[in-house]
Amino acid sequence: MVAVVIVGAVVLVSILSFVAHVSGFSLTTYDPIKMNITASLKPPTFDHWMGTDKIGRDTLARVVGGAWITMSVSFAVLAVAAVIGTGVGIVAGFFGGLVDEILMRVTDLFLAFPALILAAAIAATFGGGMGPTTVALAAVFWPWYARVIRSRVLSLKEQEFVSAARALGASRSYLLVVTLLPMVWPLVLVQLTSDVGFVMLASSGLSFLGLGAQPPAPEWGAMIFDSLAQQPRAWWLGVFPGAAIATVAIGFNLLGDSLRDYLDPSLGASEAGI
Amino acid sequence: MLRFILRRLVSTLFLLAGVMVMTFALARILPGDPARLIAGARAGPGAVAAVRAQLGLDLPLAQQFVHYVSGIFHGDFGRSIITRRPISQDILTFFPATCELVILASLISLVGGVALGAASAVNSSGKTDAAVRVISVFGLSVPDFWMALIAQLIFFSVLGILPFGGRLATGVAMPPYVTGFLSVDSLLAGRLDLFADALRHMILPVTVLAIPSMAVIIRVVRTTMLDVLSADYIRTARAKGITPFKVYLRHALANSLLPIVTVFGLNMGLLISGAVLVELIFNLPGLGRYTADAISGSDYNAIMAITLVVSAAYIVINLVVDLSYVLLDPRVELK
Repeated sequence: MVAVVIVGAVVLVSILSFVAHVSGFSLTTYDPIKMNITASLKPPTFDHWMGTDKIGRDTLARVVGGAWITMSVSFAVLAVAAVIGTGVGIVAGFFGGLVDEILMRVTDLFLAFPALILAAAIAATFGGGMGPTTVALAAVFWPWYARVIRSRVLSLKEQEFVSAARALGASRSYLLVVTLLPMVWPLVLVQLTSDVGFVMLASSGLSFLGLGAQPPAPEWGAMIFDSLAQQPRAWWLGVFPGAAIATVAIGFNLLGDSLRDYLDPSLGASEAGI
Repeated sequence: MLRFILRRLVSTLFLLAGVMVMTFALARILPGDPARLIAGARAGPGAVAAVRAQLGLDLPLAQQFVHYVSGIFHGDFGRSIITRRPISQDILTFFPATCELVILASLISLVGGVALGAASAVNSSGKTDAAVRVISVFGLSVPDFWMALIAQLIFFSVLGILPFGGRLATGVAMPPYVTGFLSVDSLLAGRLDLFADALRHMILPVTVLAIPSMAVIIRVVRTTMLDVLSADYIRTARAKGITPFKVYLRHALANSLLPIVTVFGLNMGLLISGAVLVELIFNLPGLGRYTADAISGSDYNAIMAITLVVSAAYIVINLVVDLSYVLLDPRVELK
């Protein structure tokens, strides 16, 4: 019951923040990036529910304004990772042999790094910012999709409906796209929902290291990093953005858990090591 | 069995080679010119060319790669642009603090994770189980660097019972460097007061770091234990009148060891990543601090060296984990 409320609230807030960003409508009284030196470092009051930072920006406005950054980076990462991972997984599982061997060794290589370290190295190489961060995180997450999909395809391709399609003269690309792809969708969906939380934690970790969205964009991880200079005096600067990350991640993790139980109870816990 | 060990060794060597290729490739597709970065913004084209020749950046790529690999085997990762020292020396300075943190956190997460996971499996769908599930969802969803911040606010700012950060109280001299682990070095120097101080400084970082990895272990232990507990031999053991405690410990937990060991190895990645972030909050002079400085100063040599060293350590740990299967469970299929 509690879980349903949290999930509902998170989904609602994410949709709202997205719509607000796209339509340019402001949900908060204050501008998330406008300075106001006279209101510097104010603790939470009725005027500023979550206080203000050193240059007088309203923390609530920044937390709300930052929602779309975290959401869009996470969804972009997952879209890229799922497309690449599913593609590699289907091809490796279907063709087998040398193709499988090569693709799976590459997959293993990407899993041989501690995730955040590899992502940080890639993002730093491309100079930081939202684009490079997205690429870096996708590089860390796609191998999980490749592995899961490959093992499912290995068992699927032995089944009668594949032989039937083949007997009817289906080409390889037809078998891959029309026969097998629809069969692995539920698996991808389960993996996607349980990964949203992990991707958010990872992307806020990268921003915390200074690699994600660049200032003055109100990114949650970056806000926590910025707050360190004012710790422990201005506690509100770090507490609220972190609470936002935690709430959204809890919501998506609960959603992922229940979706997994519903769609595929045989799957174990996601092992994306972030 | 020998074949299994050999195969794992060979695949580990391939992975290590792959990691070298990856870091080399990343270092060579940098947007900026490393020679210009090192020579400084005011250096003329001649000076930049001289630095480039000195670093071997004007050679063909294949030759550069050979240099890179032979450098690694000689423990030479180049110089850091920020500290102006050999990176290998920097790593030796900063690595121990991180290692100490990761080792302690891994042990705590293992003990805590196994205990809580087992408790929740034994008492599944009871109150303990519900409480443990809440802990595991929180552990997986709450960013560790934020947990660190909250812990600091509570235990330093509000309660005032634990230090804000650092490895020792300010103004206290470090014990002579032997292992770089403060807890070990202070004991070797016979300084119990330093030992206690070092531990006090590690309570918060280690606990915070342990929580996410503990959450993962809890999940794995709970799932495998539930699986094992429904097996026939558990029913037999119970029917023979063996005490429940002994059934849980000797029969159920002992047979859940493999997945626990696997996840322990994988968790090292989680812990190293977490340490990088948590160190920044507690102002600890470890690899995390070094990495963050390297990132903000575009010190690519240092970033790639850290990536390489940390990943190599991670790969070797997981090799050890895989080989330990053979000892833990003679039934393991060696293929």
